[in-house]
Amino acid sequence: MHCDSAISRREMLRRLVAGASGCLLVSVLPSLAGENSRNAKGRKPMFAYAVDTARCIGCCACMRACKIENDVPDGRFRTWIERYRVRANGEVLVDAVIDDDFVFKADKVPDAVKAFFVPKLCNHCEKSSCSQVCPVGATYTSPEGVVLVDQKRCIGCGYCVQACPYGTRYIHPVKHVADKCTLCYHRVTRGMQPACVLACPRGVRIFGDLDDPESQISVALKQRRYRLLKPEMGTHPRCYYLDLDNEVI
Amino acid sequence: MNYLFPNELHVTWTVMIVLYPYITGLVAGAFIVSSLFHVFGVRELKPIARFSLASAFVFLLFAPLPLLVHLGRPERAFNIMITPHFTSAMAGFGYIYTSYLVVVALEVWFVMRGDLIARAKGTGLAALICRVAVLFNYRDTEATREADHRLAKFLAGLGIPMACTLHGYVGFLFGSLKANPWWSTPLMFIIFIFSAIVSGISVLIFHYFVVSWINRWKVDGACVCTMGRYLWGFMIVAVSLELLELLSIFYEQTDKTEVLSSLIHTKLFISYVVLQFGVFSLVPFLLLAIHALFKVGQRMAHALIWVSATMLLVQVLLMRWNVVVGGQLVSKSMRGFTDYFPGLWEKEGLITAGVIFTAPFVILYIFHNIIHLFPGVEKKT
Repeated sequence: MHCDSAISRREMLRRLVAGASGCLLVSVLPSLAGENSRNAKGRKPMFAYAVDTARCIGCCACMRACKIENDVPDGRFRTWIERYRVRANGEVLVDAVIDDDFVFKADKVPDAVKAFFVPKLCNHCEKSSCSQVCPVGATYTSPEGVVLVDQKRCIGCGYCVQACPYGTRYIHPVKHVADKCTLCYHRVTRGMQPACVLACPRGVRIFGDLDDPESQISVALKQRRYRLLKPEMGTHPRCYYLDLDNEVI
Repeated sequence: MNYLFPNELHVTWTVMIVLYPYITGLVAGAFIVSSLFHVFGVRELKPIARFSLASAFVFLLFAPLPLLVHLGRPERAFNIMITPHFTSAMAGFGYIYTSYLVVVALEVWFVMRGDLIARAKGTGLAALICRVAVLFNYRDTEATREADHRLAKFLAGLGIPMACTLHGYVGFLFGSLKANPWWSTPLMFIIFIFSAIVSGISVLIFHYFVVSWINRWKVDGACVCTMGRYLWGFMIVAVSLELLELLSIFYEQTDKTEVLSSLIHTKLFISYVVLQFGVFSLVPFLLLAIHALFKVGQRMAHALIWVSATMLLVQVLLMRWNVVVGGQLVSKSMRGFTDYFPGLWEKEGLITAGVIFTAPFVILYIFHNIIHLFPGVEKKT
């Protein structure tokens, strides 16, 4: 039966091709956008982080960079630096910078026999407690191994804050949702380094792809001694501490 | 020395999270008292059976309110049910709470249907509410009463494991958090269940006496003495479990012993050692022991039971405080403690907590004005 409004065969084919092209473009676009987050083998990298504790001088440049890059609210920290001072009698004094001037208090410990700094941040655990306990799945692990918070989904219950053994999470005082270090995901998926890594004048912070045997972090982990924080928690952190003292928890 | 991780300066779970397990505990305990009559046939509890069921229902309605106040984004609260993440214990809340609410609401309906029908025949707003509540079905015969009774008994039986699940689940939320040395214990959910029963019986005794004094009713001696004996038994189990937990912490001498010992001896010394155990556990234990083991006059027995119940209400509140807040005072650095005390007027402050806790009593009063919650009660001559 003929109908005037029916489209022609040619028009039908044209529309089909246009539709298929659109679908193809939509499916390819995300991978094009994330092209830089693929490693040399064309796979998604497995990001990890190492901290060379012996090199840290406690300048807090990393903290400052993180605060600026990620607009971290006052009084909350995505990363911080701990100062350890061990006295002759074995007593361990620990403190951290919590003020906006990013300077350690100039109090001297005359009988200190050992002193060092340890930068801390989210451990981006392989079996992260925070992801496990999130009741709505707002905390998840990206394909690159970065533990992230979908702040549009988070209900702000704070269960993840309680579950994190490392104290790296907080409830954002303005957004009222969970917040934490993202390893500067917006940068690293574009082939850049996290802000703290770039800012460190001593090369303390090492970031890279564990799946790439040539990467700085892979080489460091092969050649150096390292420790994980609270391994007894079974969270399998992806943040490795090189030459870490036993006093550090 | 006192070192906290910098993000631990702010306590995340406030007095609202103290109130939430407290109210759910009252629900579970009150429901179990009502089930002792409806399922286990403890006839002495008949004067308070209907009131205990209504209390469980009304407190249950208010149980999620502290959580909603606490949530950073309460408008997303239903995501827990719409997009649950089942590796999380908290994801079960919506389902456990809703199913229990349905069971309790249905039991209330079947237990009180006859009275609702009788009240529906009157005039005024209360009658209109009752007409809606009975779904405009006014059939009330021997057969319907028998059917209502059988269904109520079935729901009361079904509700017991659900009450234990609801409150055990709350304890599990804390007990399963391995990052927190004060919370992480498999005993936590059992402790929560028994303390819930203690608080539930206590609130019923407290409330029963108060409304009886206000209305100049005769207090049913057999009923309160039975409740007093149950209270004594359950409080012994609850406190023993808590002491066993404490004993295991100190006996095991693990890495957490030192920091928890320090917590108990400093930050929690008053609220935990002195008040929770020293005053509000020991005194009610002795008073209830006097009531259970010695012959005392009825006036004295009532006084002992009421004072004990009131003290145990405070004891369970202290227990919730010491668990929820105490656990957050310990830094995960294991090297220090933070401080917390709620403000008066802040969003999650004491005024809000007071309003949330008082609201169920107001609703119970309104409920009582529609359906008499103490049938058969006699006025004092």
